[in-house]
Amino acid sequence: MSAADWRWPWPGRLCLAVLRRNFLVWRKTAWSTVLGDVLDPLIVLLALGYGLGGMLPAVDGVPYITFLAAGSICMGALYGATFEATYNAFSRLQIQRTWDAMLNTPLSLDDVVWAEILWAGAKALKSGLAILAVAAALGIARHPSMLWIPPVLALAGLCFAALAMVVSALARSYDFFMYYFTLGITPMVFLSGIFFPVSQLPPLLAGAMQVLPLAPAVNLIRPLILGQWPPHLWLDLARLAATAVLAIWLATVLMRRRLLR
Amino acid sequence: MPLPPSPGAPPPALQVVELAKRYGRRAILDGLSFEVRRGECYGLLGPNGAGKTTTLRALLGLIPYEGGKIRMLGRDIPAQARSARARVGVVPQADNLDPDFTIEENLLVFGRYFGMPDAQIRARIPELLEFAALTAHARSRINELSGGMKRRLTLARALVNNPDLIVMDEPTTGLDPQARHLIWERLKALLGEGKTLLLTTHFMDEAERLCHRLGVLDRGHLIAEGEPRELIARHVEPQVVEVYGEGLADWLRSQRDRLAARLETSGETVFCYAWQADPVLRSLQGRDGLRYLHRPANLEDLFLRLTGRGMREET
Repeated sequence: MSAADWRWPWPGRLCLAVLRRNFLVWRKTAWSTVLGDVLDPLIVLLALGYGLGGMLPAVDGVPYITFLAAGSICMGALYGATFEATYNAFSRLQIQRTWDAMLNTPLSLDDVVWAEILWAGAKALKSGLAILAVAAALGIARHPSMLWIPPVLALAGLCFAALAMVVSALARSYDFFMYYFTLGITPMVFLSGIFFPVSQLPPLLAGAMQVLPLAPAVNLIRPLILGQWPPHLWLDLARLAATAVLAIWLATVLMRRRLLR
Repeated sequence: MPLPPSPGAPPPALQVVELAKRYGRRAILDGLSFEVRRGECYGLLGPNGAGKTTTLRALLGLIPYEGGKIRMLGRDIPAQARSARARVGVVPQADNLDPDFTIEENLLVFGRYFGMPDAQIRARIPELLEFAALTAHARSRINELSGGMKRRLTLARALVNNPDLIVMDEPTTGLDPQARHLIWERLKALLGEGKTLLLTTHFMDEAERLCHRLGVLDRGHLIAEGEPRELIARHVEPQVVEVYGEGLADWLRSQRDRLAARLETSGETVFCYAWQADPVLRSLQGRDGLRYLHRPANLEDLFLRLTGRGMREET
């Protein structure tokens, strides 16, 4: 590969055309995707929050459903971004060959990859915000600090989307995504403080999970739900930002190797 | 078809000079040179694996290459590929229409990839639909269309940016005869409008009908180039008798070396290439089991002459 293949991708204006394409498709199928992206984490929140929560004492000093709300928001965002940037993006890349058609126009591959990551990030934001809105509507949590959640979710969503895009760049078939879900997403969901505080984990494991992007997102959003300021605000933001930058760059480099040779 | 007039010889639409491309140790393109003149239809012929699709991808700036030079519509490729692609329409080998959209939406969304404003694309859609004979289906979804309709839509989509050059990778592969004829007629209409066409094909009738000039690509470079009729005359005897059926071996033993300038066997058929067909035809009289077809030499004969009759598999 030449030096140009390793450069940082800068998106161009035409990126918007790809986002608009995805938006037009989404508008046609919005209801079915809303079911999957929003209803799933919502059911988890309500069932576990009220059902399991009813038998539990306060967790970290708050009712369990309030504790779980932050986790559900992050989990919704994670699944929203990951499904879009794996199964859906891969079908446009490999099955429908939509990307090939795009590359025959003035669009560059960098534009297309950026647009797909931004789009999957937007779906993460949408899923997370829907659960946030329900939590607020049910009175599970109502604090002015919750207004800071959307920008944090946007950054986390970008992170989740870019990581999933790296996986898509390496995938040869849909089967490959099972590995990512089983070995990446599921452990992350159970070990990042969504369902129980990470203080319950062996310290070594808890520390290791902080490197992955779900834990910093939970660290940031849980205090905001509880009306507090995140204790390690800048550290967690920096972790998310660094992961996003690295994953966007890696996804683009891998896609260049895959498609432009 | 005769060459279009070329007053004052404008610069060619496309220049490919000594193009070289390898994957690992395997050379795919090896010193490929050709030019496409403005307003002509140029056909790249070649067996599978000859490098046709690789060539088109290199022209569009989608793959790096190790040696040579490409200039398309006055731009250097790959340095100015994006601005060149803005003036080019592409019909890919496999349809990649957007299955989530109607015909109209496909055109609208594709036009946006060129940065065209919606109003401009919408104004263009009716004439594109008419060109593709799809006006009645504007709101149909892609999976409701026949193969021929999809191909016509792909062609219409390639015209959304009003390109100067249209690049087509096997535009009629997989279509039935009626659908192919309709595509050919549309492509001729484009030539009539002064568009430049570059196509790859392995249909010899397609090449003969459409192309002003042909390049025969094999093992990564051109092994012959010229106008179809002239190429055939240069490389192949004018008369062909195809002989097959019972008693073929008998007839061959008795007649070999006396009749045709050249004999070739392919499967169950013997091809006799001759300057005069009469002696061959006379020798076939009274042999009941044998069947034959007498015809003038065509591009297929040329192609097989130049690239051989062996099977080519992609490796």
